[in-house]
Amino acid sequence: MNLPLTARIKPDGSATHLGEYCAAQGYEGLKKALAMAPADVVNFVKDANLRGRGGAGFNTGLKWSFVPQGEASATPKYLVCNADEMEPGTFKDRWLMECDPHQLIEGMIISAYAIQASVAYLFLRADYNLSAQVLQKAIDDAYAAGLLGDNILNTGYDLKFYLHTSAGRYICGEETALINSLEGKRANPRAKPPFPQVSGLFGKPTVVNNVETFCNIPHILLHGVDWFKELGIGEDAGTKLYGVSGKVKNPGCWELPIGTTVREILETHAGGMQDGLKLKGFLPGGGSTDFLTEEHLDLPMDYGTIAKAGSRMGTGTMIVLDDHTCPIGMVLNLTQFFAQESCGWCTPCRNGLPFVRQLLTDIESGKGRMEDLDTLLEYCGYMGPGNTYCALAPGAAEPIQSALKYFKDDFVEHIEKGCCPYAHT
Amino acid sequence: MVTIEIDGEKYEVEEGKNLLDACLGLGLDLPYFCWHPAMGSVGSCRQCAVRVYADEKDERGRILMGCMTPVADGMRLSMEEKTVSAFRDKCIEVTMANHPHDCPVCEEGGECHLQDVTIMSDHTTRRYRGQKKTYENQYLGPCIGHEMNRCITCYRCVRFYNDYAGGKDLAAMASRENTYFGRHEDGVLESVFSGNLVEVCPTGVFTDKTLARSYNRKWDLQTAPSICHGCSLGCNIAPAERAGQIKRITNRYHGEINGYFICDKGRFAYDHVNSNKRIRECSVSINGQAQTASYSAAIEAVQVGITGAGLDKLVGIGSENASVEENILLKEMVGSQNFCSGMTAARQNILREILNVYQNPAIDIASMKAMEACDAVIVLGEDLLNSAPRMALSVRQATRNRSYEMAKDARIPLWQDESVRILAQETRSPLIIASVAGTDLDEIACDTLLASPEDIASFGFAVAQAIDPSLASVNINAEMASLAQSVAGKLIAAKNPLVISGCSLNSLSVVQAAAQISAALSRKRSNGSVVATKTSFVLPASNSLGLAMLLDENSMSIDDLLAREGTSSAIVLQNDIFKHADSSAVKAFLKNSGSVIAISQLANATSEKAHVVIPASSFVETEGTLVNNEGRAQRFFEVFSSDNPSMKDNWKTLVNIARALVNEFTEAKAPENLKAIAKVHCFDDLVAYIENLKGFFGDWNSVAPAATFRIAGMKMPRQPHRYSGRTSLQANIKVSEKKAPVDDDSALGFTMEGAPINRPAALNALTWSPGWNSNEAINKFQDEIAGPLRGGDPGLKLLTTKNSDAINYVPPDTRKSELIAVSQSRIFDDCELSVLSSALAQRAEMRVAMMNQTTADLYSLSDGDLVSIAVGESKASLPLVIDRLMPTGVVTIPDDVQTRKDLSAALLPNACSVSRGSNG
Repeated sequence: MNLPLTARIKPDGSATHLGEYCAAQGYEGLKKALAMAPADVVNFVKDANLRGRGGAGFNTGLKWSFVPQGEASATPKYLVCNADEMEPGTFKDRWLMECDPHQLIEGMIISAYAIQASVAYLFLRADYNLSAQVLQKAIDDAYAAGLLGDNILNTGYDLKFYLHTSAGRYICGEETALINSLEGKRANPRAKPPFPQVSGLFGKPTVVNNVETFCNIPHILLHGVDWFKELGIGEDAGTKLYGVSGKVKNPGCWELPIGTTVREILETHAGGMQDGLKLKGFLPGGGSTDFLTEEHLDLPMDYGTIAKAGSRMGTGTMIVLDDHTCPIGMVLNLTQFFAQESCGWCTPCRNGLPFVRQLLTDIESGKGRMEDLDTLLEYCGYMGPGNTYCALAPGAAEPIQSALKYFKDDFVEHIEKGCCPYAHT
Repeated sequence: MVTIEIDGEKYEVEEGKNLLDACLGLGLDLPYFCWHPAMGSVGSCRQCAVRVYADEKDERGRILMGCMTPVADGMRLSMEEKTVSAFRDKCIEVTMANHPHDCPVCEEGGECHLQDVTIMSDHTTRRYRGQKKTYENQYLGPCIGHEMNRCITCYRCVRFYNDYAGGKDLAAMASRENTYFGRHEDGVLESVFSGNLVEVCPTGVFTDKTLARSYNRKWDLQTAPSICHGCSLGCNIAPAERAGQIKRITNRYHGEINGYFICDKGRFAYDHVNSNKRIRECSVSINGQAQTASYSAAIEAVQVGITGAGLDKLVGIGSENASVEENILLKEMVGSQNFCSGMTAARQNILREILNVYQNPAIDIASMKAMEACDAVIVLGEDLLNSAPRMALSVRQATRNRSYEMAKDARIPLWQDESVRILAQETRSPLIIASVAGTDLDEIACDTLLASPEDIASFGFAVAQAIDPSLASVNINAEMASLAQSVAGKLIAAKNPLVISGCSLNSLSVVQAAAQISAALSRKRSNGSVVATKTSFVLPASNSLGLAMLLDENSMSIDDLLAREGTSSAIVLQNDIFKHADSSAVKAFLKNSGSVIAISQLANATSEKAHVVIPASSFVETEGTLVNNEGRAQRFFEVFSSDNPSMKDNWKTLVNIARALVNEFTEAKAPENLKAIAKVHCFDDLVAYIENLKGFFGDWNSVAPAATFRIAGMKMPRQPHRYSGRTSLQANIKVSEKKAPVDDDSALGFTMEGAPINRPAALNALTWSPGWNSNEAINKFQDEIAGPLRGGDPGLKLLTTKNSDAINYVPPDTRKSELIAVSQSRIFDDCELSVLSSALAQRAEMRVAMMNQTTADLYSLSDGDLVSIAVGESKASLPLVIDRLMPTGVVTIPDDVQTRKDLSAALLPNACSVSRGSNG
């Protein structure tokens, strides 16, 4: 199996340093890119059908092509890496950053060149201390080696590169909130239009991509479009970092061809459920995706299939619910997280999530009423897509609405018994 | 225009608007919180959701926010569809989850937009079972109360305070449902526009602390249309009274002038009306002893004094703060050769010059609304935030025009406030400010010049010369010359430039330089026909222009008056001569005058020396007309009627004096001018009298409807229709209900009865509409949202263009440098009346003199020294602050009440001497 993103990761998990990286074809993709016209790099990536690995799945090259180019276009242009990995259950970017930092940096330099950015920011989650140390060293080494700064590899291309550690808010994963935060403003999502590609950081053209997305770029440049497309199993191209957390035998993160089935990820790689536990359901792409259940185990994990099944592939990292864990407790925990991470801008999210949290708290503690179930469902609709300013609240509603669909009996039992049937005394 | 269909009805609406704006403009009740007509849309509260259908076949549609959705031809939408009204209901349900429901003890109760929207959204039943969040409140100073528990997180406060008004010490803090709006720590809100938070906040988080001192509900407050007397801009206000006390002042919308906002001076400087420092009794000096007298005895004493000294030797001294009517009556009573403007000769000359310039074809007098559309602004010699604060707010909006251009290019609607701000970031239209000591607007200016008044004038002439090289050149240093070139380029490049100057520096040259720039721009931009340049001058007082328009070639300045011999008696109308001249000359004048009659609100140096003192009515106890800095005549009305028999309207006192004088003659021998005045019995008579005066400048009838105006036989009410306690208000004094005063002088009545609808804007201060109890009800009184009031914005523009010579001044020679004392505008303590506001007195800035290090070194002074500054024979002592940016050879003195007592600020700028003073 060809697993380019993790091929250079050492068994002990220590960071691949510059020498090791270069010895394994590192920065070869960059050299190839710098020999091309920037527009050709954009088209190359567009043709590869690399879809954004942050969760939205938008064609990366297409996103880049929206950046206005030419003499009259605004400068400087900015490239930003979204490394604010805070989706519950998600730990894939951290792995890439801690173990192979130069892969990310190379991907970013190529991308910056493609959109003709002169400044790149790496916006890193606050808690990723090890990543910060590893990345800063790698950045320093890249500067020293002439891979960053002025006149990169004597091609005349200049790029300043900054590592920015976040103050720690989930909403900074939303690209426009991230941009506000970088500017020193409140991390509220921005109105669109203007889209960041036209008017982003400091009002200038800006592209924001996810860590995993950038990590694919050097390989696409080095090996070509066809090679990349063949990596995937279904209609999507490339590999994907899949992860599993929850009460499985071997929780973790693996690079697999995109389109690998849920069952293979769960049973082959995560080792199946712990002894004595049964699978009750799983959130396929992180905390803000709808539950799927056993009947969906044989679906391939790609963007289209999971969407058709009523959920989202999101970050590709599953959270597994077993039959000994209270689904209401799990949903309450997630809702508490999302309510806490609301930026406070729009009403359905700011005040709707605490309202829902209260209902779930009541149900979980045995004080729920049967009509609360209708209210909950009403509120999932109230916080639905289009009704809010950004995708946070609609995402937060997804596990709730699907829990009501698949685990309604559990809700009813809580209310009828007046306590949590899963509670251990 | 495009056609849209709302719940089955077809409507024509203007293209480019958003749905919320369009619905409100059509008179429909679509609720909202975060949107504001002056501040645009941000899509935060989600309260204005509507269901929009893609086409005729679409039955499902989708929920969109009205404020974020542009109207489109053929658009079909529903406000009433079940799920979308349920959506709005839920917005209220969650919004109210944490609201304390403390309406009975909340200052906002009864005029609360949150109350209105809650009712409008049909939300009635509470389902939330959790605990409410609570917050700590902050001390925000003497003007604004803070009760964060009531907050619904609409972000209007910070959007107004920071984004719109440029404030820095209010912020949204924390996040989620814990978002907190306040300062980084307790303390006085710094912005001079902080009072608008009271009206911008849709609920009771920010409240008027001055109202809270002795609180009444909105529905219990009597009010009348009024005009702010605080500066020359003429902002429309609504002072509110209960039981003989003014309780608060709120903004009264005027589409061309103040719009939705006024400054804190206009809002909070009303304590003088209620003050016990006011003169409330007449007094007559008998053997040098002032003795309380009845009103009639005082009028008799006036008559005796004037007649005794000789009627032909009576002088009238008017005032820039008194109404046109009062000044006219005084002038006509004494005759124009005996009328003194009550201003220094210098100021009088400047005002006459401004009046001339305003009527030149090259000049287009800019309203504040018009200013906001100007894409380049130059300000010569004005510190707008202090001398004309509301104008500073408009200039700030003008700098946003560049961002609107960018938004048009990016096809972003201009009302998408956040998008436009993201797009533009720090990009602004050019603003150029030349001042003596720097201004708070400098931070958004592209070019600033700190210079002496003379250099500011020279700079202005140099800019004009750079625009039109045929003008006489100016001798200035290379640095200033190159700045002038660059500034000229920016002004020429603008589509709609604006020139602002004024009287603050008391410099004719500065005013002329500004006019020179306007005229040069006009020539540069003319394309065969005249393209007049938007221009505005800031004037010293609320009726400076009205007074200047009354002056003729005979009229005297204070300087003329003091130089004249043979004055025997004088009526001083709302003025203090000591403010305008050296005190020894004034004392000599008063000593030589047989009888001095002071009509004054407060005791001052002149009234102390007067033989008869008659209390003056305050601006809320009488009616009259002011002419603002753009030559717009505006009527203000009596808000409440004083029951003190000694306190009459000033114009009535003048009429009474005229009658007393006429009575000394036989009918045949009485002077015609006095006879005509004596025939005035009510304000309509006065208006008719003024209209008949030869050479009078306006159609006085059309300033506001006459006292005889009625709607269906009814007067306009001063009291809201829910006014309560009428029968019990004075029951502690007398149980029988007091008869409401009769108002013969206006079409307003002192009751709650009256025309409920269609009141003309000039006669309406009651902003209320069914379901709309807050000031947001103004939507229902406008032709279009944020546009003119229905029936046209009130007031009458008096100035028209006259054929006159092209403006072409010869720049004056600059004097050799010496130390010049320059007065510095002060917003809160620049007048005797506003310093009586206990709230504003606390907010006045420290009184200091300022100079730069070089100047200080010349006089061996250092920062913090107490310096004594002598101008002529008078002296002021002030702590010195060294400001490194200031020009050399200049010391600034605060233009406040104290300085005016110490030395005549009206005589500045002037040469002075400084020395290190000693305490005491």
